[in-house]
Amino acid sequence: MVLQGGRVIDPSRDLDEPADVLIQDGKITAVGRGLTAPDGALVRNVKGRIVAPGLVDLHVHLREPGNEDEETVASGARAAAAGGFTAICAMPNTDPVTDNQAAVGFIVRQSGLAGLARVHPIGAVSIGQKGERLAEFGEMVSAGAVAVSDDGKPVVSSHLMRTALEYARTFHVPVADHCEDPTLAAGGVMHEGLVSTRLGLKGIPAAAEEIMVARDVVLAELTGGHVHLCHMSCRGSVAIIREAKERGIRVTAEVTPHHLTLTDYACEEYDTHAKMNPPLREAADVAAVRGALKEGVIDCIASDHAPHAYDEKEAAFDEAPFGVVGLETAFAVAHTELVESGLFTLPQLIRRMSTDPARVFHLPGGGGTLAPGSVADVAVFDTTAKWSVDPAAFHSKSRNTPFTGRPLTGRAVLTIVAGTIVHEL
Amino acid sequence: MPRPKAEDRTILLDARAMSRALQRMAVEITELAHGTDDLVLIGIQRRGVELAERIATLIAKDEGGQIPRGALDITLYRDDLETVGPKPVIGETHIPVDLTDKHVVIVDDVLFTGRTIRAALDELADFGRPKRISLCVLVDRGGRELPIQADIVGKSVKTATGDRVDVQVEELDGRDEVDLIQ
Amino acid sequence: MTSSTLGKDLTGLEHMTPDQIRLILDTAEPFKEVSERPIKKVPALRGKTIVNLFFEASTRTRVSFEFAEKRLSADTVNVAATGSSVSKGETLVDTARNLEAMRIDMVVIRHPSSGAAEFLGNRIASNVINAGDGKHEHPTQALLDLLSIRDKHGKIAGLKVCLVGDVLHSRVARSNLWGLTKLGAEVAVCGPRTLMPRGIEELGVRVFGRVEEAIEWGADVLNVLRLQLERMETGFIPSLREYYRVFGVTPERLERSPKPITIMHPGPMNRGVEIDSRVADGPHSIILDQVTNGVAVRMAVLYLLAGGRAELADAAKRGSE
Repeated sequence: MVLQGGRVIDPSRDLDEPADVLIQDGKITAVGRGLTAPDGALVRNVKGRIVAPGLVDLHVHLREPGNEDEETVASGARAAAAGGFTAICAMPNTDPVTDNQAAVGFIVRQSGLAGLARVHPIGAVSIGQKGERLAEFGEMVSAGAVAVSDDGKPVVSSHLMRTALEYARTFHVPVADHCEDPTLAAGGVMHEGLVSTRLGLKGIPAAAEEIMVARDVVLAELTGGHVHLCHMSCRGSVAIIREAKERGIRVTAEVTPHHLTLTDYACEEYDTHAKMNPPLREAADVAAVRGALKEGVIDCIASDHAPHAYDEKEAAFDEAPFGVVGLETAFAVAHTELVESGLFTLPQLIRRMSTDPARVFHLPGGGGTLAPGSVADVAVFDTTAKWSVDPAAFHSKSRNTPFTGRPLTGRAVLTIVAGTIVHEL
Repeated sequence: MPRPKAEDRTILLDARAMSRALQRMAVEITELAHGTDDLVLIGIQRRGVELAERIATLIAKDEGGQIPRGALDITLYRDDLETVGPKPVIGETHIPVDLTDKHVVIVDDVLFTGRTIRAALDELADFGRPKRISLCVLVDRGGRELPIQADIVGKSVKTATGDRVDVQVEELDGRDEVDLIQ
Repeated sequence: MTSSTLGKDLTGLEHMTPDQIRLILDTAEPFKEVSERPIKKVPALRGKTIVNLFFEASTRTRVSFEFAEKRLSADTVNVAATGSSVSKGETLVDTARNLEAMRIDMVVIRHPSSGAAEFLGNRIASNVINAGDGKHEHPTQALLDLLSIRDKHGKIAGLKVCLVGDVLHSRVARSNLWGLTKLGAEVAVCGPRTLMPRGIEELGVRVFGRVEEAIEWGADVLNVLRLQLERMETGFIPSLREYYRVFGVTPERLERSPKPITIMHPGPMNRGVEIDSRVADGPHSIILDQVTNGVAVRMAVLYLLAGGRAELADAAKRGSE
């Protein structure tokens, strides 16, 4: 296959120029101008489009096994492909929890059967995510787990977190933590601030996240392990991470598109599509995480795609579950809010959504690069496409997005995994 | 009251005529009630209250003593509450004495469809059981939709449905006048 | 529709205009008189079906609404729904649909989740009246508080009103805050720091840490909020005894004021915790007037919200004189 006439942006090689891309046998064979297509090759004219490494999402919740009506590995992989993602990492808070090699292997197999975006399993830190006993990291990693996490919940016991970080070193995987002090956050449903006071809703203070960020950084230093901080939302967290990185501690972090865009004012009409954990915070926090992402203090964007059935979100704010979907809107939201506004250049954004996440989890099979010889995971974007979010058109089984009706610019028009087209608009 | 655009405005009663009418009505009430012993005047909000006040004073001038008078707001008893736009303002209701065994004379400015009086009768029934209820109005403009009649009338006038009878009293409007607007 | 007409629902005072609030207070006055009649009933809402949907136990508010409804000749149905902890939200949606299917005219709802009244109001065509949603608002309580203050002081604008107690968890405090500030009063809150909500100062309210400070400020009215006993269990305050000693409204504290301070309490009172009995039963307490006004205010709200379709107003214009 040849992708002809596009603008190739490959952050892994600091490449940003018009070029063709030649794909053969599932690999990238050549990138350059005026490539000749071999006989019988599929030629795609991508003039005016951006050709980039397929996006990588380190934090996705697929509801298989357990809640297949909300999402499955296959439907999640399809949604990912529609969003320009060629690899996603599935969190283990399924039912039953993915805390052993058989469960990890199941995800790998389902991903293979779907044959769309690659789904890499993340194994649990503790059995059942109960926060008591370590799961079998070794077995899970050999079965295909790329990281361990108890996400959904924090690892409350500092002792357990320490042993997890130490043990994970053996298998060269990061421990991804959902940073939330449970006693501070207990019962909270949105950010603790003026808006929560006006709405009469119990708040989750920023301190709940910052405390666990600080703890995790201290333990990373103590153990020499790699801690990956999930969905950062506060300016206080940013400050802690910056200082830790300056000291050479092995900490990485991610931020979601919604935390880069929305504030707690989105909760004002008790809209449960603005309810997620960590909650949407204040304008100053949004500014801080944007700056941190640009600086590299926060390494990448991850969607924290969390599907929920419509009737679960049709409830009083207190009762609705946390979470919003994001695979199909992530690039467009980030492009509209960060690139169109002039804050980021397009190459910077693509780096943070493909090259950097692939590097943070050092995913098997690479990813995040278009270097000749690497696997052909490619995404083609039309960055001029104007569209409006219509959840009914999602490939995901769930529709709970905070961006309904939002006008966005930028869309994946072609997604290729291992040389096969898995999404085309 | 909204000023009508360019139609006929006829004065039915000027201040002097109104005064004369009220004086006559006062005498007729006293006759009807055979004296003032158990007489109670209840004015319908609004303007009926002012008229009742005046009549009570006129009666007291002739007969001596104090005639108990009260005010009745019938808004909550209207039969059109369901359909009337923004809810009407409710005026004061004040019934000064127990109405049992009294002769109640309802005083209102204009009698038209009779629905206001129907509401007033329902409301008064919730305050006790008068010996007798009579109706005294300043203007009877015809157009009844219910079988209601006034016992004492200041002035009768035939009107069409689109007409308005506009009663102004010194206490609220700055002058005494009754107009017919066609 | 003028700026003072009310919408379909009464969910809270935060987004109401001062004119709308005044309309309710003014309309409550004649309804006070109805409660003094021998026959305490007017036919204004005859034939209307009103459901009192209480997801939280409450005797006084429910009874007050029931009196208001019955005095307007409406048909009342009480539903005490104790939703299971797992499916409370589901129950609310289904309940809404069921009520609508039964063609109910009005629903009075009390629910433990903030936003529940608005949630219901957005989903059914019936009028929805908020009788307390989570920690969000309790508008009829604030309205009767406003009426009681107005009755006692002749006005609200310019008065200094202090809400004392657990403001963090109080929907009564929030509704009062909106109502009082919109009608021009100066508002303060007073209580332990642990029971003050974040950002309260940004709502134009002064914050005092001690009752003495509020009295020094020159409070005209103290509205004393009920301290729920579980606050002690969940660690917000160390003990009830300490709460009374430091924050209790006592005659000794009130004596420091040069002028008499009107005392209010939404009830039910924890005597000897947030308020001393001598104060609650004292000459400046209008606590019982609040209860009387409660029925009148609720009658006014029901009356103003019920029926009244504007497009049929023309039919009424054809002389009912």
